[in-house]
Amino acid sequence: MINASLKELASALAEKKISSVELTTLFLDRIEQHNPMLNAFVTIDRAKALATAQAADQKVGADRTALTGIPLAHKDIFCAEGWRTTCGSKMLGNFTAPYDAHVVEKLNAAGMVTLGKCNMDEFAMGSSNETSFFGPVKNPWDTACVPGGSSGGSAAAIAARLAPAATGTDTGGSIRQPAALCGLTGIKPTYGVVSRYGMIAFASSLDQGGPMAKSAEDCALLLNAMAGFDPRDSTSLERPTEDYARDLEKPLAGLRIGLPKEFFGAGMDDGVRVAVEAALAEYRQLGATTVEVSLPNSGLSVPAYYVIAPAEASSNLSRFDGVRYGHRAAEYGDLNDLYAKSRAEGFGDEVKRRILIGAYVLSHGYYDAYYLKAQKIRRLIAADFTAAFKDCDVIMGPTAPSVAFKFGEKSADPVQMYLSDIYTIAVNLAGLPGMSIPCGFDRDLPVGLQLIGPWFGEAQMLNVAHRYQQATDWHRRMPAAFAG
Amino acid sequence: MNPWEVVIGLETHAQLQTKSKIFSGASTAFGAEPNRQACAVDIALPGVLPVLNREAVVCAIKFGLAIGAEIAPRSIFARKNYFYPDLPKGYQISQFEIPVVLGGGLTIHVGDREKYVHLTRAHLEEDAGKSLHEDFHGKTGIDLNRAGTPLLEIVTEPDMCSSAEAVAYAKSLHSLVTWIGICDGNMQEGSFRCDANVSVRKPDAPLGTRREIKNLNSFRFLQQAIDYEIQWQINEIEEGRKIQQATVLFDPDTGETRSMRSKEDAHDYRYFPDPDLLPLEIKPDWIAEIKAGLPELPQAMQARFQVDYGLSPYDAATLAVTRASAQFFEETVAAAGKDNAKTSANWVMGELAARLNRDEKEITTSPIAAVQLAGMIKRIADGTLSSKLAKEVFEALWNGEGQDADAIIEARGLKQMSDASAIEPIIDEVLSANPKSVEEFRAGKDKAFNALVGQIMKATKGKANPQQVNELLKKKLAG
Repeated sequence: MINASLKELASALAEKKISSVELTTLFLDRIEQHNPMLNAFVTIDRAKALATAQAADQKVGADRTALTGIPLAHKDIFCAEGWRTTCGSKMLGNFTAPYDAHVVEKLNAAGMVTLGKCNMDEFAMGSSNETSFFGPVKNPWDTACVPGGSSGGSAAAIAARLAPAATGTDTGGSIRQPAALCGLTGIKPTYGVVSRYGMIAFASSLDQGGPMAKSAEDCALLLNAMAGFDPRDSTSLERPTEDYARDLEKPLAGLRIGLPKEFFGAGMDDGVRVAVEAALAEYRQLGATTVEVSLPNSGLSVPAYYVIAPAEASSNLSRFDGVRYGHRAAEYGDLNDLYAKSRAEGFGDEVKRRILIGAYVLSHGYYDAYYLKAQKIRRLIAADFTAAFKDCDVIMGPTAPSVAFKFGEKSADPVQMYLSDIYTIAVNLAGLPGMSIPCGFDRDLPVGLQLIGPWFGEAQMLNVAHRYQQATDWHRRMPAAFAG
Repeated sequence: MNPWEVVIGLETHAQLQTKSKIFSGASTAFGAEPNRQACAVDIALPGVLPVLNREAVVCAIKFGLAIGAEIAPRSIFARKNYFYPDLPKGYQISQFEIPVVLGGGLTIHVGDREKYVHLTRAHLEEDAGKSLHEDFHGKTGIDLNRAGTPLLEIVTEPDMCSSAEAVAYAKSLHSLVTWIGICDGNMQEGSFRCDANVSVRKPDAPLGTRREIKNLNSFRFLQQAIDYEIQWQINEIEEGRKIQQATVLFDPDTGETRSMRSKEDAHDYRYFPDPDLLPLEIKPDWIAEIKAGLPELPQAMQARFQVDYGLSPYDAATLAVTRASAQFFEETVAAAGKDNAKTSANWVMGELAARLNRDEKEITTSPIAAVQLAGMIKRIADGTLSSKLAKEVFEALWNGEGQDADAIIEARGLKQMSDASAIEPIIDEVLSANPKSVEEFRAGKDKAFNALVGQIMKATKGKANPQQVNELLKKKLAG
């Protein structure tokens, strides 16, 4: 059951082979057993989860959806009514959300059961889950290694089979990179497809929620439930409802895969290269052709990102001031002292670093040189992709330059850490959909293959991923230590 | 010659009359219990997002059209970042580089002079909440009901050169925004408040350093604050000190301005486009639709009053100060007849306005309806009522003592006596009763004539037509 696909779980539930309460109990027990080691969850509420499961079991007929009764975990960036919602920060350590994020609302409406809230890098700022106030999450494949970030808790939970699926968010790679490092499938949709309402903002123009699961098929089903116009998010796109699973079975004959030469240069580990090349060979077997494309400005994506994202974050995080909710220093003098102490105590180092960078690049006299210039680069990067998609249907390359790294290996050097997202960041800057799927191993750790589609190309990307997963079994592998 | 030239620019915050806030669905009604009209978006819970209220944009477009400005086809909302407890997000959503309304202007009247004040821009933004420093014993209370209330910030060029001009502009603007229905104009509740940028210079010298007086919420304070500030700046310079750029507050109790913060501690607001909001795009057909629904504007109406009713520019401007007053006037004229337009204007601006003022009533709730006033004016025109009796009828109408002027005239027998055969016997009686006055008149004392008229009017209880009495009396005394 722990390895079952969402489809398999749905039919088991429908055929009453298992109840949602039993299924939920199974995963809750596994969480209880393994979470102390992995630290993938920051909040678990057995009673609440079982009550939802019970309600799901009562549902019949038209009230049931393809996901009714299936448990999942939420990244702790999504507000869920009555749940503590921390965003991985001491600042919100005591914050109970009084409302549901759009995504949570929609998955609840679909009948899914929330198991708990997953650990994450503080305010989604990090690529290793080491910045969480609640301690690092461990990679189930090797507990000496990071799970990636920022959706590391979600990734570790699925990889260790503590949850069949989870929500994540991706600002610069935060779904795709942990999916790659934990051997999972994750998709960041086109910007605007999934509402950001109730998703605690890191960098508003880049943040996008998406599903993380074991397969492309699972992701398609989850995305069907998560996506959709939300009038409460002005950047949410009003488009006809799509079935993201509609093209899953389409043959790949004639598919043109673009390989950006900039993604295959130095900087990628050999083991990663070998796995990615093998995956491309498999695609050729499936009838696809590969063509070299170029994204000439992709080298500028990391610096542009580390201007834009911190700029937006510095402003987005201003609301955490200790006045209305969240952490407030126990003792303070005047108003400024209240702000300074509450924020100094409530935020961790990486968050502070980015607030400082952000405030700096927006300040008078520097705005043009940094923020405006970065926005110009952003447009160039988007134009690069538009040009590349003239010659191909989907772009492929590595998700991350290496497999999961050891704790502490990069945390002392922010720039090294930032470079773990070198292949993923451009996708957010351009607002494109991106995916990571498992495509092999390097030194017994999973390697991720990144798929990048044109705007609104989710259905095709999921098809391309699904056909590969039908031909391979990388996505079925699980860390042996958690098999029992 | 005054050796100093004064330069004034005004920034006005007009609270827009929308049902809900500019970026949330919470109500904007005034006077609720603290924090009862602040929703998740207004208190800036984690994860909430702003959604622009279309009605606020409609208000901005109406304003732009009314002042002959350009409506930007694409304007941008920006974040103005600063920390303050009544600013829940830690930033205010405003417009910075590209505002929704550009240029335009207003004609003002100061004495007999007419002047055109240029506007720089008008932009949409949200209001902050309120910090309540009293009642909390060393603590500050925060009320976020006002947070997110839509504002239009209207900025002039530094075109005004006296407090009188500044007040004339503010009044004209106040009249316009209430006229087009985008602002209730309630200054006490803060719906319309001005910041004044004031500097002084020697004629032909470059602009002096300005100081900004914040939050003036009455025309009187605006005048007092500017006058005080001008004098203060002149004194400073004449005593050899330099004016430092500063933000100052006006204290109505002392009548003085005092510095709140200097340029050195001015904020760096780190403006940048709000990524949560799309650019505001306004298509020409939307503007056309709003334009079609706009009422006749004050200046057009004033011109029409002069042409159609032969009113003076002053009368036309006074009547068209609000839409309600103009409407009352026009209804009165419609019922009284165009020939009585000037009399109607006099009554609306005179007796009615004074009475409304005395009873602190608005013209919209006037106890005397326009048709009632018109009915009375018709009786003045046809000689039924003397102006003295008309005042009595007016008072009776005000107090609801009759349906209309005719009923009151009838009931009280107020009809003017214009029948010579009825007046003559009374004159005779008065003359025989006052031989001394008759003698004095004949001896050349004109005053005695007036005394006799007074006696006759008294005897007729004021109903005799005074002009007729004059004529008849003259004839009798001559005879």
